[in-house]
Amino acid sequence: MDAKTGLLGGDGKISLNWREKVLGKIVKIQHRYDHLFGSKKISNALWRKLLYTWVFCATMFSLWIFLYMSSQAIEKRKETLASMCDERAQMLQDQFNVSMNHVQAMSILISTFHHGKSPSAIDQTTFAEYTKRTAFERPLTSGVAYAVRVLHSERAEFEKQQGWPIHRMDTLEQNLVHKDDFDPEVLEPSPIQEEYAPVIFAQDTVSHVVSIDLLSGKEDRENVLRARASGKGVLTAPFRLIKTNRLGVILTFAVYKTDLPSNATPDERIQATAGYIGGIFHIQSLVEKLLQQLASKQNIVLNVLDTTNQSHPISMYGSDEADDALEYVSTLNFGDPFRKHEMRCRFKQKPPWPWLAITTSYGFLVIAMLTGHIFYATVNRIAKVEDDYQKMMELKKQAEAADIAKSQFLATVSHEIRTPMNGVLGMLHMLMHTDLDVTQQDYVRTAQASGKALVSLINEVLDQAKIESGKLELEAVQFDLRAILDDVLSLFSGKSQEKGVELAVFISDQVPEKLIGDPGRFRQIITNLMGNSIKFTEKGHIFVTVHLAQEVMDSLDVETESSSKNNLSGFQVAERRVSWAKFKTFSQHERVCSYPSSTYDLINLIVSVEDTGVGIPFEAQCRVFTPFMQVGPSISRTHGGTGIGLSISKCLVELMNGEVGFVSIPNVGSTFTFTAVFNNGHSNLNEYTCQQMNNQSNSANSEFEGMSALVVDPRSVRAKVSKYHVQRLGIQVEIVSDLNQVLSSLKSRKPRIDMVLIEEEVWNNDSDLSILFVDQLRHIDQKVTPRLFLLAKSISSTRSDNVTCDTHSPAVIMKPLRASMVAACLQRTMGNMGNKGNYRNGEVSRLSLQHLLLGRKILIVDDNKVNLKVAAGALKRYGAELVCVESGKEAISLLTPPHSFYACFMDIQMPGMDGFEATKTIRDVEKSVNRKIQLGEVSAEAHGNVLNWHVPILAMTADVIHATQEECMKCGMDGYVSKPFEAEQLYREVSRFSYSAESRKL
Amino acid sequence: MDVGLMQMQRRLAEYTSALFKEGILDSQYVQLQELQDESNPDFVVEVVSLFFTDSEKLLNDLSRDLAQQNVDFRRVDAHVHQLKGSSSSIGAERVKNACIVFRNFCQEKNIPGCQRCLQQIKQEFLLVKSKLETLFKLEQQVVAAGGSIPTSGSLPTMQQPIL
Repeated sequence: MDAKTGLLGGDGKISLNWREKVLGKIVKIQHRYDHLFGSKKISNALWRKLLYTWVFCATMFSLWIFLYMSSQAIEKRKETLASMCDERAQMLQDQFNVSMNHVQAMSILISTFHHGKSPSAIDQTTFAEYTKRTAFERPLTSGVAYAVRVLHSERAEFEKQQGWPIHRMDTLEQNLVHKDDFDPEVLEPSPIQEEYAPVIFAQDTVSHVVSIDLLSGKEDRENVLRARASGKGVLTAPFRLIKTNRLGVILTFAVYKTDLPSNATPDERIQATAGYIGGIFHIQSLVEKLLQQLASKQNIVLNVLDTTNQSHPISMYGSDEADDALEYVSTLNFGDPFRKHEMRCRFKQKPPWPWLAITTSYGFLVIAMLTGHIFYATVNRIAKVEDDYQKMMELKKQAEAADIAKSQFLATVSHEIRTPMNGVLGMLHMLMHTDLDVTQQDYVRTAQASGKALVSLINEVLDQAKIESGKLELEAVQFDLRAILDDVLSLFSGKSQEKGVELAVFISDQVPEKLIGDPGRFRQIITNLMGNSIKFTEKGHIFVTVHLAQEVMDSLDVETESSSKNNLSGFQVAERRVSWAKFKTFSQHERVCSYPSSTYDLINLIVSVEDTGVGIPFEAQCRVFTPFMQVGPSISRTHGGTGIGLSISKCLVELMNGEVGFVSIPNVGSTFTFTAVFNNGHSNLNEYTCQQMNNQSNSANSEFEGMSALVVDPRSVRAKVSKYHVQRLGIQVEIVSDLNQVLSSLKSRKPRIDMVLIEEEVWNNDSDLSILFVDQLRHIDQKVTPRLFLLAKSISSTRSDNVTCDTHSPAVIMKPLRASMVAACLQRTMGNMGNKGNYRNGEVSRLSLQHLLLGRKILIVDDNKVNLKVAAGALKRYGAELVCVESGKEAISLLTPPHSFYACFMDIQMPGMDGFEATKTIRDVEKSVNRKIQLGEVSAEAHGNVLNWHVPILAMTADVIHATQEECMKCGMDGYVSKPFEAEQLYREVSRFSYSAESRKL
Repeated sequence: MDVGLMQMQRRLAEYTSALFKEGILDSQYVQLQELQDESNPDFVVEVVSLFFTDSEKLLNDLSRDLAQQNVDFRRVDAHVHQLKGSSSSIGAERVKNACIVFRNFCQEKNIPGCQRCLQQIKQEFLLVKSKLETLFKLEQQVVAAGGSIPTSGSLPTMQQPIL
């Protein structure tokens, strides 16, 4: 209870504060409603207020419950008390009335038989007998007595007649005697009075009152006087009775000589009075007797009071033993209007604790508090989570900002480093050509190599930064996947030959000739993966395979017999299929199977690079694709590199909607696999263009069309690769596994075999057999004996030096095999080419270039006449038709559409208008023309049927540096060739723009 | 084979390799030679003589520009750049290197340095001119004797695994 009131007090204060605060907050809410943070805080505070209100209300309500229930209980108790009290009062009253009536009846009896008869029919004995026998009629009286009216004049006669004197009562009243000692004989005779009222008859129980003058007693006298005046029953105030010394009340009736009318005056009544009959009510015992008749006496305490005198009520019965404050008063009417009586009832016990109310309200309070607590905890939790979320958001923003800053920093720093590096490289290049001794030259070469490595590294970092900042965009141009792989292969061929590692590329026939995508980036990925492989592989092989994802999936279940025997070099390899096991493309098997575009529009390629190198330690495998992560610090020392390549590759692959994965077993090898999605180059271009392109890239090989060859190789995978490359030249290829089979097939087969390609391993295995084979070959009866070729993987292992020059001694083709290189070797050996020139470096590119540029009209812009001449000479070799001008302005006028130039080579540094400016102007002119054509202002026919004019412009500069290249791209140039011309580079650039140019044409 | 022709060819080869060794010519000259074929037999001579006339004109311009009181370094630089371009196209390496040094001085606006460089370039130019003229004469003799001119390329370039 105490705790509750404490709570209540606290709540009261809080509620006051709360009121003020809420008022304040409401104003604030309106102010900051649109403020996210503000409104959130306010709602938070609001929740808090709500909680306080809830607690307050709950406490109040529980208090109300308690009060209500306890008041109910009290009310009920009161009602019970009242009903009990009334019942008792009623009973007492009834009994009293019965007694009183009987006493009245006795008064009439006496009037009739005592005063009405002469001599009297009643004497003391009769009276005693009668009253004793009728005592049951007066349950509340303990005794009845009759006193006669005696005037003073009659006193002597009366005393003589009765035989005793009239005794006075007041002395008795003054010195109360014990009842046992009571003796009427010792009473003093009554003094002389006007009249007397001595008792003449009395019931046995009160026989001691005989002869006592009632008028001498104070109470009795009053009673007697009132009774005879009123003619009704009159009660005394309770007083101590004579002898018994108990509280009692005396009821007095007057007995009249004659029957008086009801409206008689008091004087008449007094005159007619003959005597008085009195009934003694012994209240205490009587009430007890009465209550015994009722049950539950013990629960209730009764007090009967005479309240005639309001300020001094006289207790007639009962004690004050009850503790309960609850009291009920019912009035009693004993027939005497002068006297007022009442009954006061109380419960004996104090009211019990209102346990029900306490538990109910307490229970409610507990539940409400718990609810409040849950609510509070929830709100707190929400607020905390929201706070955390805000913090997280802030941290995220910071992190993102930091990341962007990092990328920007990288980009800036890279760029800033590149600029001075250009100077360093340039100076080193110049230094190379000064008078240096061998050691110095070595130093310079090393410095230059390091510088170049640094520049390429910076370019990588720039790439990474670009990818991270999302600035990298992929091109969509048509390209030849096979040519790109050939290119990359040639890049690594030197290294692989040096190490004696077998390097091979196999591209499935189902991969389309032309794809549309970003060849540069694709090449970058391949180069990265192959570069890694070759770096870490000392023996065995590196095998690149390109398939359609569809194809691989179909064969996934079939190709189970792949074992260590059945691969390129016989070394154990990491299982390629494991590396793509996690790819989504394959996990959603069903969906991809129904991929309609895989055959139609989108080409999903899967490329694997498998090596037999050192592998990646298991603990390092998880961070392979993290930028700047290498297996260990020792790796970068022994093998170099930044560890950024794979991360870039991963990003690039993801940009191509592909996935990259790997499997690696230490000391066995690694296999990296990635998928990339390209568009089919055939699908949306007209057939003519494609045809032309095919012719261009393949026509160099057309002279082999229709020939047939035998590949001798016991390893089916390796044989497949050889077959693939030779087949690209249009040669029919058959695979046999040993030399004997060659002979048998040579003999049996109708179509002639033009060449036999023998795996070096087979040839070296058994030199006797080889010699025998050559010998037998000579004797085979055929018009043209087939040429022999050895497929060798490293320079050191070839024995070609020992072989005498003979048509039957095999020529050697160095691996890695590439169609162009194979073609060159075949041409050289077969000697059936029209072109007799001996093939020097890059002659394949030259051939291809010839096909690219033959008959094309090309504009060369250079202010330097000598340079102009040299460039013209260089391009003329490829069959191009050349126009030379010496300034940018002339170039602009020539290149204003319509014109028939296929391409333009432009020097950058020119006096007057430099190459960049000229290019920009040309592009602007082209743009406006294109717009006009689109709007239909100018007909396309007038502009050579070209909808979109964009003449490829290639920069010519001696500046080898990347930044210049970027600048070239920025101002609308398509490419970049360094002076002096290098056939490979020229070929690369020209073929690049020629694809994009083709795709732009109608 | 004719002994005289062989001797002539040997002399030609020796002379050519000496030019490379001394750094007067570089690989660019070889490439230039490669551009010459049946369809364009006098390509090298044409280009080189163009280089001579062009360069002489440029050198005169340069001398005149530097002799002026207010030297227009932009103009000078443009001339030197031209000269550098053509000399590198020809493969006249020492002229080209001298041009690079010249341009540095030019950027510093160092007139005495420029003067010195100009003299050096002139010397180098005259040297390469006389050497090349001699070379052409030798070649003409060889051709006249019925021999073929071997390209002087023993210079390694691409690693093309052709035996």
